[in-house]
Amino acid sequence: MTVSVDRGQTFIDAVRHIADEVAARNADEVDREARFPSETLEALRAEGALSALVPTELGGGGLGLETIAAGCFELGRRCGSSAMVFAMHQIQVATIVRHLDDAPWFEDYLRRVADEQRLIASVTSEVGTGGDMSRSIAAVTPLDGERASFEKKAPTVSYGAHADDLFVTLRRSPEAEPGDQVVAIVHGGQTELEATSTWDPLGMRGTCSPGYVVRATLTPEQILPTPFPKIMTESMVPISHILWSQLWLGIATDAFDRARAFVRAAARQKPGETPPAAQRLSHLMSELSLLRAEVSSALGEFVAISDEPGRERLATMASALRFNNLKIAASEQAPRVCQGALGVCGIVGYKNDTPFSVGRHLRDTMSACLMIANERIHQTNASLLLIAKDV
Amino acid sequence: MTDEIRQIINDHGRLPIDVGTLAPDTDLYQAGMSSHASVNVMLALEDHFDIEFPDHMLTASVFESIASIETAVSALRSEATLS
Repeated sequence: MTVSVDRGQTFIDAVRHIADEVAARNADEVDREARFPSETLEALRAEGALSALVPTELGGGGLGLETIAAGCFELGRRCGSSAMVFAMHQIQVATIVRHLDDAPWFEDYLRRVADEQRLIASVTSEVGTGGDMSRSIAAVTPLDGERASFEKKAPTVSYGAHADDLFVTLRRSPEAEPGDQVVAIVHGGQTELEATSTWDPLGMRGTCSPGYVVRATLTPEQILPTPFPKIMTESMVPISHILWSQLWLGIATDAFDRARAFVRAAARQKPGETPPAAQRLSHLMSELSLLRAEVSSALGEFVAISDEPGRERLATMASALRFNNLKIAASEQAPRVCQGALGVCGIVGYKNDTPFSVGRHLRDTMSACLMIANERIHQTNASLLLIAKDV
Repeated sequence: MTDEIRQIINDHGRLPIDVGTLAPDTDLYQAGMSSHASVNVMLALEDHFDIEFPDHMLTASVFESIASIETAVSALRSEATLS
């Protein structure tokens, strides 16, 4: 008998093990204390998970986005904050891998991500742009000779204090228009973070995302050769929406599982009778099915069109609308499922210390509609719908 | 046709600079055209030239310069004449 080892499945199994054995055990404390899920990140590093998307020739795992998506789902089931940190890091890595255009500095950088399991945080939002990622105020500003610097006021930087490197959007130069953006990677040693606010939010508390003024110096080779608008359309926006929605599905799935466990426990107490909550659970299952269908079909479509030469379909409005709608739909449906689970479990779901608690799930998924505000996405879609034909 | 395209960009592109100073291959997005403004440019082009951009042409690269817009509009007009 021959045994074929599916590397993707092995990776997913390893992440599931970390989710069950590490993330789940610390999830309540991470949430209560709004602290970074360090144990989960250490376990993921030990697995080489931070470079899973880096091509094997650069020392990484060479795995595909479907595998990472499954990892986001598995972590989401056990600790939403751990899953969000994992997802955001992978969005940055995927973006670099897809747009480095053979730039030697970035190839070396990805080797370092693999060797040192460096964690990358993103600094894309900016005070004064009204939440519009496609505009920047901070600019790459020439210093002496080769070096440049910038100062960026960011309203939130998720796990900024725990990251090794920052992925920063900036105007190309002090003279550039707000939409003429580039992406730079800066190392912790080149960077100064000055906290401008605290982090005591409703949910996703372990992502540790206060505001900062980020000051850094860099050299020109630390700027990705591809302009940011192209990076945003082909990779950053759709991949963000795909990985976020996977982890929201993970959180909602665990809330559903807790509701199901509650109904089973009730059924065991009165054998032969279907508990009243069982019917509510059935309603909840159809809500969860809708979420699952949207999330998995979007992933499949993205992987298929990413494999096409030139990725031309990703540049179309139909594609932008597709992956914007994924974000809107999943961010609204995930908290709906969690609230439905609360309805099934009742008071034992509302309490924070029972096997059926779903408060954290509800609070974590309520962040979904704010991460790039849904109304802003509707505004973009409304404009695209004026001109797009086949949607 | 270039002048008509320039006029449309002038009226709808909301560029912070004088459209008359743009070279045919200047990147309009780098020159400050937002994606929202570009949709209005597309609508105005469709209206003015009585054409419809199919979805595969509704990409940033087609609308990134006066020259690329002219290529696209010419292609659609000659298609319309042939059919």
